[in-house]
Amino acid sequence: MHMADALISPTVGGAMWVVTAGLTAYSAGKLKENIDDSRVPLMGVLGAFIFAAQMINFSIPGTGSSGHLGGGMILAILLGPHAAFLTMASILTVQALFFADGGLLALGCNIFNLGFFPCFLAYPFIYRKIVGERPTPRRILVGSLVAAILGLQMGAFGVVLETLFSGISELPFGAFLLLMQPIHLAIGVVEGLVTAAVVTFVWKARPEIMETAIAPRAIKAFSMRKVLGGLLVITVLTGGVLSWFASTNPDGLEWSMFRTSGKEELEAPQKGVHALLAALQEKIAFLPDYSFRKSAKEEPEKAGEAQTRGKSTKEESWPAVSVGTSLSGLIGGLMTLIIAGFIGFGLRKYQGRKR
Amino acid sequence: MANIESSFLDVSYLDTLSYQTTIIHRLDPRIKLITTLFFIATVLSFGKYEIAGLIPFVIYPVVLIALGNLPIAYLLKKVLVAAPFAFFVGIFNPLMDRAVLVQLGPLELSGGWVSFASIMIRFILTVTAALILIASTGFNSVCMALEKMGAPKSLAVQLLLLYRYLFVLGDEASRLTRARSLRTFESRGLGFKVFTNMIGQLLLRTLDRAKRVHLAMRCRGFDGEIRVSRPLKIGGRDLGFMLGWSGLFVLMRLYPIPQWMGGMVAELLK
Repeated sequence: MHMADALISPTVGGAMWVVTAGLTAYSAGKLKENIDDSRVPLMGVLGAFIFAAQMINFSIPGTGSSGHLGGGMILAILLGPHAAFLTMASILTVQALFFADGGLLALGCNIFNLGFFPCFLAYPFIYRKIVGERPTPRRILVGSLVAAILGLQMGAFGVVLETLFSGISELPFGAFLLLMQPIHLAIGVVEGLVTAAVVTFVWKARPEIMETAIAPRAIKAFSMRKVLGGLLVITVLTGGVLSWFASTNPDGLEWSMFRTSGKEELEAPQKGVHALLAALQEKIAFLPDYSFRKSAKEEPEKAGEAQTRGKSTKEESWPAVSVGTSLSGLIGGLMTLIIAGFIGFGLRKYQGRKR
Repeated sequence: MANIESSFLDVSYLDTLSYQTTIIHRLDPRIKLITTLFFIATVLSFGKYEIAGLIPFVIYPVVLIALGNLPIAYLLKKVLVAAPFAFFVGIFNPLMDRAVLVQLGPLELSGGWVSFASIMIRFILTVTAALILIASTGFNSVCMALEKMGAPKSLAVQLLLLYRYLFVLGDEASRLTRARSLRTFESRGLGFKVFTNMIGQLLLRTLDRAKRVHLAMRCRGFDGEIRVSRPLKIGGRDLGFMLGWSGLFVLMRLYPIPQWMGGMVAELLK
């Protein structure tokens, strides 16, 4: 469920970056407060452990598929929420950089979805409430299961919302929700079971580790309301500022919207349209003038003329890219690619000669 | 299993790529980080039906790959491996958005296919940019850049340690799985019980290792900070790199260059 860069808009990505940066600073501050630098190597090594543990998988009977450890929940149980959040953030950064698993701009979204929900919501409010101060295997099982499932459900819901607000994917809200939530219910069950089993194993083999980890020290000075309130304010502010910036700046996002919807072009008649139209009817000018205003203008008219046979699905608000623009775009694009290739080739030759 | 092991090998390969000393590798990591982020943001700021406008952006990865002496086939393969998520979310666009958007003679393309193509182009561009960043900079330098740019120190230290032990624990896990698969027949023993015991063992070893690492670090005077002997410095060349590329990105964002070129070709043909 790592979101890719290709599916989010800069506004959503930027807003989530700001939120995540705030959470990271908050967690790092908290970590510094309870000065415990033995945690830092532990965090790093445990982060590497999550990677390593993902290499080991088990077969799920009857399905033919296999499952492995997810991460967020077990880190929260072993490290406490703040350290776990930082560890999750670093795991996701490494995944984004080395495995291309989730993008750089989407990193904020991913850290929020996979770090914030399990560490700051599912762990303190579900796992700890169920397990309490005196863990038993059954409590650990129920607690991890419920917390992992709900944490992943929230994360999946986050993915759906962020995708929806970005508006790149056509998936309708309901359908995407119906797709994501059940899948992550299954993943959550597996993650919960694995987490419970591993935690119980550690708790039986080396109870002292669990005791230091479970000690509620890190959680005492933890006011969720403040964090949530702050987050809300930050999100609204950045979202608002960014979108305001985008809409007042005609060269920003809005510009591309105008461009794709063709509205601006429709209202601004250009000279020479008729000549172009005539040329189009004679099917000579398969590549009209490069000025896309003109070509976008002729599109609806052309559609009106050529597609009167009934099945014209085009509405005015529909993004109008004309034959001319798209063809010249296509050819131009190909040329750009070729030129880029030549530049690359030349540079590499140059580079090779130098060495 | 095999492909996860090889993906760890991949990580170390990416790392070796970053030890070169080309023009690109010598640039300040902060500069490369900022330029990469700006590149990604510009690419993503296009409307969802944009294809032609995205193509000129190929120039950035192409130039960096050429100057940075990076293996292009290898990078493309990594991009392909990462493609499924964007592909499967994007593939719904053609199903949902069936209205005809582009007509090339008899060929009718629905808006969904156009936006799907756009998503895949974005995907390729952004992922390549991120891979180039790491292959031309190296993880340690990226961490230092992050810290210099104001990320919390504990996050940077944590990232460095995570990276350091990734390989150690990766080896350990692959030894465990190899041992298990050598002892399993007809997939007995691949189940949940054995799995949790293995993970539990690995976790215990990890915790012990973390303790030893911490003690060793304390003995050598670790106080929560990692000191670097090589100071980062932004020179004129770095600034030129950043401003030059950013300017080009803005230009390519504002002006439909492929359209102009296509138009010019049309003029010539006439």
